[in-house]
Formats: sequence, C-alpha cells, structure tokens
Amino acid sequence: MSSTILITIACLSALGLLLAAVLYIVAQKFKVEEDPRIDDVEALLPGANCGGCGSAGCRAFAERCVKAETLDGYFCPVGGNPVMKQVAARLGKEIAEAAPRVAVVRCSGSLDNRPRTSIYNGEKSCKVMAGLYSGDTGCRYGCLGQGDCAVACPFDAIEMNPRTGLPVVNEERCTACGNCVAACPKGVIELRNKGPKSRRLFVSCINQDKGGVARKACSAACIGCMKCVKVCPFEAVKVENNVAYIDFNKCRLCRKCAEACPTGAIVEVNFPIRLPKEVEVEKQA
Amino acid sequence: MKKTFALGGVHPHDHKISAGSAIETFPVLDRVYISMSQHLGAPAEPIVAKGDRVKVGQLIAKPSGFMSACIHSSVSGTVASIEPYADLAGNLVKTIIIDVDGDEWEEGIDRTDTVVREITATKEEILKRIADSGIVGLGGASFPTHIKLTPPPGKKADYLLINGAECEPYLTSDHRIMLEMPEQILIGARLMMKALGVTRCLFGVEENKPDAIAALRQFKASYPEIEVVSLKKKYPQGGEKQLIDALIGRRVPAMGLPIDAGAVVQNCGTALAVYEAVQKNKPLFEGVVTVTGDCTEQQRNFRLRVGTPLDKMLDAVGGLPDKAMKLISGGPMMGKAVANIKAASVKSTSALLVLTEEQTLRKLQTQCIRCGKCVQVCPMGLEPYLLNKLAKASRMEDLERERVQDCIECGCCLYTCPAQLPLLDNIRVGKAQVIKILRSRPKK
Repeated sequence: MSSTILITIACLSALGLLLAAVLYIVAQKFKVEEDPRIDDVEALLPGANCGGCGSAGCRAFAERCVKAETLDGYFCPVGGNPVMKQVAARLGKEIAEAAPRVAVVRCSGSLDNRPRTSIYNGEKSCKVMAGLYSGDTGCRYGCLGQGDCAVACPFDAIEMNPRTGLPVVNEERCTACGNCVAACPKGVIELRNKGPKSRRLFVSCINQDKGGVARKACSAACIGCMKCVKVCPFEAVKVENNVAYIDFNKCRLCRKCAEACPTGAIVEVNFPIRLPKEVEVEKQA
Repeated sequence: MKKTFALGGVHPHDHKISAGSAIETFPVLDRVYISMSQHLGAPAEPIVAKGDRVKVGQLIAKPSGFMSACIHSSVSGTVASIEPYADLAGNLVKTIIIDVDGDEWEEGIDRTDTVVREITATKEEILKRIADSGIVGLGGASFPTHIKLTPPPGKKADYLLINGAECEPYLTSDHRIMLEMPEQILIGARLMMKALGVTRCLFGVEENKPDAIAALRQFKASYPEIEVVSLKKKYPQGGEKQLIDALIGRRVPAMGLPIDAGAVVQNCGTALAVYEAVQKNKPLFEGVVTVTGDCTEQQRNFRLRVGTPLDKMLDAVGGLPDKAMKLISGGPMMGKAVANIKAASVKSTSALLVLTEEQTLRKLQTQCIRCGKCVQVCPMGLEPYLLNKLAKASRMEDLERERVQDCIECGCCLYTCPAQLPLLDNIRVGKAQVIKILRSRPKK
C-alpha cells in the first residue's frame, strides 16, 4: 500500500521535473527579447487607454516612445508635461514642454439663442441625427445637442447643460484626449491651448453662412463682420468663410475683439469680470 | 397561391387614399430650383450661366463622371442664379434657379399623346438616348439607368423585371401611370429589353391594384414577351432583391447585385421615362407625384416639373393642415423627413406625405426582450437587434461579419419592434461606417 503511494509520488515528481526542464529549454530558446524600458515607460503612463496620443492604448504608446529617435510630436495628453518629462528622463531623450490644451465647444446656440425649427424625435445620438438632416435649428453647422461628446469622454469631463442644450467642459477633468472631437459629427469641439492662468479667448461659432442668414438662425452667431479683425493689434484673428477664428498662438488675450463683437460670439474664459465703463469712470473720480 | 418573396416582410395598412384621383398637370410656377444632385454619384456640372435663356427640355448640366447623369431644364425662362440651396434635409446642394417666362419647349420633343409603338432605335441608340435624357431609377435610389442597363463584362442578364409593386403605403403615383399609360410603360419595357438583349420580362404588380393589372393585361396580345404577374401584398416587395425572389425565385448573393442573379430590375416609372426619351425625344424633367395625407384637404396625383418647391405642392391640396406634424418626401416606410419646406422636388420625388402627431411621434422606448420579431421580418435575413447593439458599440468588424452592408434600410425591424427601439437609426450609421471601411480597403 505504502509502496503504491511512493511510486506515484516518484512518478509524478519525475514527470514534473521533466516537463519543467522542457518548459525551461523552450522558454530560453524562443525567448521574446523585449526592451525592458517599454514596461518602465508604460508604468509611468496614466493607463487610461484613451487613445488621445494617437496610439491604441498606453502600451502601444510606450513602444512607440521607446522606438522613436526623438520625442517630438509624442505627447500623452492625460499625463501632460510632468509625465512626459519622466518618460523623457527614463529614455534619456529631450522633450520640449508642450502647452496644456483643453476642449472648447465652439457653439453658443443655446435654446434661447437659437430657435428650433423642427422637432427631433429620433434616437438620442448626434451621429444618427446628423445622418438624417442638418439639425433642428436654422443653423446647419452648430451643436446638435444629443450629447455624443459627453458619452465619448472617458474622463467624465463633459456634461450636457439641460438649460442651454449645449455641452459644458469641466476643464479640471479635461485631458484634451480628443475623443469628443472625434465623436462630434459637426466638428464643433476644438482642442485649444489652455492659456496662461487658464485664460483664453475663442470664437464660439462655426457657422459659415452669410451674416444675415447666420444671425437669423442664431442670435449669438459670428456674422463675419470683420470688427474683431480690425481691432486686433496682433493679427491673431482671421475671417474665412464668413466665420472668425482666433489663432491661439498669436492671441495675447487683450480682449479687444470680445469687446468689439456685436453678437457676443467671442467667448472669454476665466478672466476677471470686466466692470462696466461708467463704473470705472466713477471710481477714478 | 400568389407569388411573393420568401423571407420576412411586414403588412402595413396601405392607405392608398389618392388612388382614385387622376393625374393632373401641375401649373408651372414662377421660379424653379433644379438641384445638381438628383442621382446617385457625382453631382452634375452646370453648363449654363446666370442670365442665360433656357427652354423646356434643354440640357443645363452635364455628368461630371462615370456615375452621374444629365440634367435638363424643366421650364423655359432665365437662369436667375447658380448657388447652394438647401435640400429637404437642410444640406446645401448646388442648384440652378430659373425664373420662368412662358412655356417654350425645345424643338424636337413630341408633345402629342399619340403612342409611338414601332421601335426603330438600335441597342446603342437606346442606351445613348437614355443617358442623354438624364434618366435615373425612379424607384427611389436614383441610380443612373444607362449604367444599370449596361451589365459589367462577364455578367449577363436573362430577365428584365419591371417593378410595379408600389409596396409603400400612401403612394399611388406608379399606380396611376400604370392605369393611365399602360401601353407606354410596356413599350418602355420593350426598349429596355432590347438595350439589355434579354427575351424575357416579368412585370410585378401587387394585388391591391387590380385595375392596373387589368389595364396592363389588355395589351397581352401585342406584347406577349412581357408577363404581368399579380403579387401578394407585402412590404418591401418593391426592393430589388425581394422582387427578384418574388418573380423568378432567385436569391441575390450576399454583397451581390441583382445582375449576379441574372436579373435587372427597373421601376415602372423609369420604363415610362425611357419610352418618352426614346420614342418621344423628351428628356426626364417631369414626373408623377402623389401629394397625400389623412389630414390634408385633398389627396391628388400631379404631373410635376422637377424643381417645384414642396410648399407649393402643399398649397395645391389645400395648404399645410393645422394637425400636420411631419412631412415626408416619399412613402412613410423609406421616405425622408422634410426639414426644409422650401426645398424643391427632384427627379425621383414620388410623393409628399403629411402625417399627424399620433402617426409620427415615437413612443417610449423600453428594453429589448429578445422576442426575435425583427429577425422574423427582416427581408435580408439579418439580425437587427444584434446589429443595433453592435452599431451602438461601434464594433465594426462584428458588424461586417453580421453583414450589415446587406441591410436595405426598409425599416421593417423598426416597424415591428414592440420595444420601440430605434433599430434602423443605429444600423444605418453602422452600415455607413462599415461601407466606408470596405471602400478604403485595397482591392484584391
């Protein structure tokens, strides 16, 4: 009886050792040589797998970073400059500091500003709606308000404001991964430089119709009147296809354009509240 | 038992309330808006300029590529401008706007009612005439007819099938032309048979139009090669693949075209246009349109020039009713909702339908209960509930494997879903993306 147990143990042990030896030899022979730095870089990355860098997930980005000769053009929007500095240090490469960016919604066509011309009653999806028609307002360029961007955001940074019907970006959470830009069928969302102290100016309209048509559809539309172009001291504003665009690399945040805009299409973010002119005069007096 | 297609299908109430009203000629308006995108494929290129005088039937735009079609003026007058104009979905399309002045027709167009029976044109002449007349499929897809009648090398048709099913509820324009101009349609069919080089032609008409079937069958002796078949009423019988199954019992292979089953399907309206183009020298610039709805004052069928604004069509049936909630260009199953009432009619406009609130507003969505009704009614044998889920999750490879590209967008799944799920809405988005991916792949 006891000998049966011993033989069993001996056989199984011998078999185990044999197979372990085979496995060891195979593992040595067909070893996949992988740069250990890939694992290190991946560990540094945030692990959100959002695709914001253009790679299919964080590991793919790590592989690309390790293979790349320079890190120019390689940027993890979620980790931002601190993470990229660590990556560069680990790989012994140089990296220039990139300006942090944030998603901005270039449409002010709220329910108040933009009267509805039809009732959309279909699936709550901008993609479906855009496939059916130009939208439920007179503006065929603006936000459709079905919230595809909010669904696409992996960081819960976008929510739809039920009062305006427009998406609101939470800039603390936004990592500028670009998923919302890809999800928006109208191309309303843009990634812009966050700006010093998070202050920035942008034209919150992409309506390419002529001024009169655009204004009729939406009271906050850019009408291409060129006033902003004229007042800008830095040549940062351009009007193309009846719509103004502020180049954030040239803009020095003087806010003259926002003051000049007759429809309020130029939006200023995070600036101190501007006092009305009369009040300033009184103060000085 | 009457013939019909084997797989799926639904039976909506047919509401053919305008069937009894004869075709009336719609008055020519002061201004028409002729779109350059009235066919599948590349938009046509205008060959007239602002200020030019044009006559009825004059060529005003030529095709800009292989898959494109000629466009002719539907009125006589002066070109007011060539500019982007919003179509019925609100999207801008290049449009020639013409201010009407009199009604002077291009010379050579036979405007009499005499039926020209004798076919003198050769095969090549017929095809050229069809292409030069800008004829496109009037069943809905607006596929240029001359391309469809020229099968790709190596493929041969042995049947021409004429689609007189008109399976969409409300529409009666095909019904009226079959009733009022049966012989002309049969001659048109004969012309297309000659162009294709086929000897057999089947003409499918649904059984709810017995008068049209009788009107066509009275010419049986003169046109023995064309057999008029009475089909069981079932939607979407007018779909190409469904009609092929119903009439000759063949199945078009997945991802294939009707020609792969040896058949070419043409709408009866197209047959009439071919007759007029070849025998009467008249290009395609007008068509029969049903203006109908349960809430409109009247329901009528008009012979309408291309480019007539939709609101003018509504005025002719007593204006937009107060109860109206939704306008549809085409039938209620596959037609497009009209977002812009100022949009103009195009070659393939078959109807303008006015629906009330209770007919159109979607009901509350609930959960999919896996009842399988959508699978039962899908005429292409797909699984709409699954495609819906995959499309929502953007799983393109799975969608392709489940053959989303075979979906004909007939809407049977959405019509039958007890949970009111917007199946087709999502499937359509997925299908468009999958087709884009397929096209971007390098050809083997």
